[in-house]
Amino acid sequence: MKRALVFAITCVAAALSTVPARAAPADPLGSPMWDHHAARLFGKDPVVFDSRVAVRIPGIAENQRVFPVTIDARTLPDVRRIVLLADLNPIPVAVDYRPAGAEPFIASRIKLDQRTPVRAAVQTGDGTWHVGGTWIDAAGGGCSAPPVSRVKGDWADHLGEIRAGRWAEGPGETRLRITFRHPMDTGLVENIAAYNIEHVTIRDGDGRSLGEMEVFGSVAEDPAFTVLVKATGTISFEARDTAGLRFAGKVGA
Amino acid sequence: MTAGRCCWRECSLAGKYTPVAEAVADGVWMVRGADEAIAFANGGAIANSAIIATASGALLFDPGVSREHGLALGALAQRLTGKPVGRVYISHLHPDHAMGAAAFDPAIVHALPATRADLERDGEGFSDAMYRLLADWMKGTAIVLPQGDVSEGDIGFGGRTFRLMALNGHSAGDLALLDQATGTLLAGDLVFHDRAPSTPHASLPDWRASLQRLSALPHALLVPGHGPLDRDGSAIAQTRDWLGWVEQTLRDAVARGLDMSEAGELPIPPHFASLKAARYELQRSVSHFYPALEAELLPKL
Repeated sequence: MKRALVFAITCVAAALSTVPARAAPADPLGSPMWDHHAARLFGKDPVVFDSRVAVRIPGIAENQRVFPVTIDARTLPDVRRIVLLADLNPIPVAVDYRPAGAEPFIASRIKLDQRTPVRAAVQTGDGTWHVGGTWIDAAGGGCSAPPVSRVKGDWADHLGEIRAGRWAEGPGETRLRITFRHPMDTGLVENIAAYNIEHVTIRDGDGRSLGEMEVFGSVAEDPAFTVLVKATGTISFEARDTAGLRFAGKVGA
Repeated sequence: MTAGRCCWRECSLAGKYTPVAEAVADGVWMVRGADEAIAFANGGAIANSAIIATASGALLFDPGVSREHGLALGALAQRLTGKPVGRVYISHLHPDHAMGAAAFDPAIVHALPATRADLERDGEGFSDAMYRLLADWMKGTAIVLPQGDVSEGDIGFGGRTFRLMALNGHSAGDLALLDQATGTLLAGDLVFHDRAPSTPHASLPDWRASLQRLSALPHALLVPGHGPLDRDGSAIAQTRDWLGWVEQTLRDAVARGLDMSEAGELPIPPHFASLKAARYELQRSVSHFYPALEAELLPKL
């Protein structure tokens, strides 16, 4: 009994010690999930809402299964990490990108399960998270309806097909676009287990990493990624999915 | 952002539909929709309708978005013509044109067979989407499948003669109707006027071919699916111009390496300045066409 009491007190103390030193600032979007996501994603790191984090989205979610998002934080110095999230999605984080040798810029497409804030949280070298974003209205079911290729039944015939292209963006920079055929199953559809691309690595011709992405099931089926890497010449990339399959390619060879 | 922060306390109560008729020819009226996106504030009343007086009752071309909308259009037709609606035509599947059929006996609702098939497939989904956006405006609106099949050719109804045209391209089935007596062409959504065309079920080559047929059909005035009456024949050309621009712009965007949201931000040429909802429809068209264009134009490794 005494031991149990000591244990309980220890737990309370431990819980108190993990309370963030400073709470995240009040959310200008008034999201019901902001405090939860902020505590989980940012911990004790400082957080600011920053107009230099541009989240460029269309004004209408025409297709809640494929909603385009471009994040552009090129006016922020020393960006280390970009997290794309939709607060009210059942899988809130879609992409967690570390642009080691790339501009702080990424475009992709996500699923929307309902009206939600769509945000980018961009961490700079000093540890501060800079957050931007806006609400988007959406019909339901982006995460909980089966993907088109599951309905058609041909997903396995095309799994891992890659299309890619590269364009000179500026001095020493290359725009890279990569698309993969993949069902990106969320696990939220009856009798279809979660199955998604979970990691993408981009390298220059010498094998140096230009960027790494953690990718989650809320990225749209047949995912597409657009990044701006600080390299020219051959650029290679590899995706790995949750079954351990690897899909690799290169452009500019 | 449309309807983005619309709080239920502010806008849960639907208003009343108050359609206004504009006499455009002898016994022919046009009812203008709002040149906007479907939104709670406009009750979804964004499509144009037309009313034609006949001895067998009023002809209503496109009965609106909801049962209440259809009832209001029916009452308006009765006031104008002195007879209840005797025939309803649905130009194509889209809910702003079709779902108001719920206000009428299915036996008098006619459409192309392709449109009925479209509604059998997509009606439930449209219903869900409209109830989500329009809430109480939709009350009592069930899906009514047209019972009358129409086909290309001349028909007589209530002492008037109409040329029906079975076209496609905006959707799988696009009905156009020419009132022979007045030369009034009811073009449905094959023709938009000073309002950007929408493309959710479009086949652009088919749409262009249908526009060719409409422009070759002699007519005095044209009631477009959206936007003001066209008396000078400019609306068909404007619709063709926009579709051509969208297609070329999106192909170029894919070829230049832009992603979808970047393509949706591209500048819209000044000569489209008169088109309402242009940015909105460009962004919708990006969603409709971009994945297929990428599959065609991005090199496969």
